[in-house]
Amino acid sequence: MERPIRVLVAKPGLDGHDRGAKVIARALRDAGMEVIYTGIQQTPEMIVEAALQEDVDVVGLSILSGAHMTLLPRVTALLREQGMEDVLVIAGGIISDDDARELRERHGIAAVYGPGTSTQEIVRFIREHVAQKA
Amino acid sequence: MELAEQLLSGSRRALARGITLVETGGPQARELLRAVYPHTGRAHIVGITGAPGVGKSTLVSALAGEWRRRGRSVGVVAVDPSSPFTGGAILGDRIRMQAQSGDAGVFIRSMANRGRLGGIARATGDAVALLDAAGFELVLVETVGAGQGEVEIAGAAHTTVVIDVPGMGDDVQAIKAGLLEIADLYVVNKADRDGVDATVKQLRAMLHMGQRSRDGWQPPVLTAVAMSGEGVAAVADAVEQHLAHLRAHGRLEERLRARAAYELKQAIEETALMSVRARVGAQEWEELVAQVAARTADPYTLAASLLGSERQPR
Repeated sequence: MERPIRVLVAKPGLDGHDRGAKVIARALRDAGMEVIYTGIQQTPEMIVEAALQEDVDVVGLSILSGAHMTLLPRVTALLREQGMEDVLVIAGGIISDDDARELRERHGIAAVYGPGTSTQEIVRFIREHVAQKA
Repeated sequence: MELAEQLLSGSRRALARGITLVETGGPQARELLRAVYPHTGRAHIVGITGAPGVGKSTLVSALAGEWRRRGRSVGVVAVDPSSPFTGGAILGDRIRMQAQSGDAGVFIRSMANRGRLGGIARATGDAVALLDAAGFELVLVETVGAGQGEVEIAGAAHTTVVIDVPGMGDDVQAIKAGLLEIADLYVVNKADRDGVDATVKQLRAMLHMGQRSRDGWQPPVLTAVAMSGEGVAAVADAVEQHLAHLRAHGRLEERLRARAAYELKQAIEETALMSVRARVGAQEWEELVAQVAARTADPYTLAASLLGSERQPR
């Protein structure tokens, strides 16, 4: 049966810049998705526990602190521990191309978005990949 | 049913999946509810309601913390509105519930109302039943920001807490008119602000003004600062006292009956709609809608004919 795509939008790490995350949350809402917004300064453990309780299809992580190579692999590792490897994980922030490649290829981050990405591109990516899964 | 067994044996993943299932509805959801229903009826269901911004999420979080300190497990269902245009929603209640993160004795689920009016979602009662079956001793239901008509929570909860704040001036009168009758207790939150005494006095005056107390219970008016935790223990006490009062005066059965009637009515509405939608194709549905829109048919006649045992030839 048809149901809205559920997305958790969270900011791991210590930076408090959540404007980008809020813009994404709003765009996903406008695309008909249910967005659980947990706000700033989330540990990977908090993010995965929220993803579990909320039974989301997608986890969107926004990170500008530079700690992405530590925090993002930790999130996907914890999801795997919970048997939640079917959850689509995407990330956005200031992330170098090399880091982005490594996150995609080795750490289960499905897509990495930099500044200037159109929100429509993200919406399209989520729709395609969640539909594929179902 | 495997999901039901996992849920009953305490799997948080199964509980989360089960809630998704009952939100979506359908035969599997019915099967799950049938399997867990005999295990429900143990939790104390507490509704938390009030206008947007009065501090519902913060008070829910503070109350959950208080009951955890008392050694009790707490489930939370937090309802936020869906966009009437896109069906999307931003569910932000968890932002104010971070203190409970990582505590296995707490389970928080955000829920979009998916167009349902009345302050809660269609599946809120079903989600509460799953949390109850999973063994949570208290289940707190946070409604959408409520105005006058969002009173459905009173039919779904054993105890209803209505939150108000000082300084809402005359606007508050409208809210009171809608929510006053369903409050088992009142909390004036943000009580560190000016005007708290006036608000408390107004509420007490309203409560004494000709309103017969429901179930022989006089709803107390308490003050709290949910953000700092001030007054929260007294709110938890009053919620517990309310349930004890209902039990002691034989009123709990009445409430449970009212709740059962509400559940049954809701299930009939949903089942009827689903059975019609299953029989009527998308194209025929659009035609029926067009007839009503064009005023060539009225909705009641069509509904009666669709629900009749024998469908009328059109």
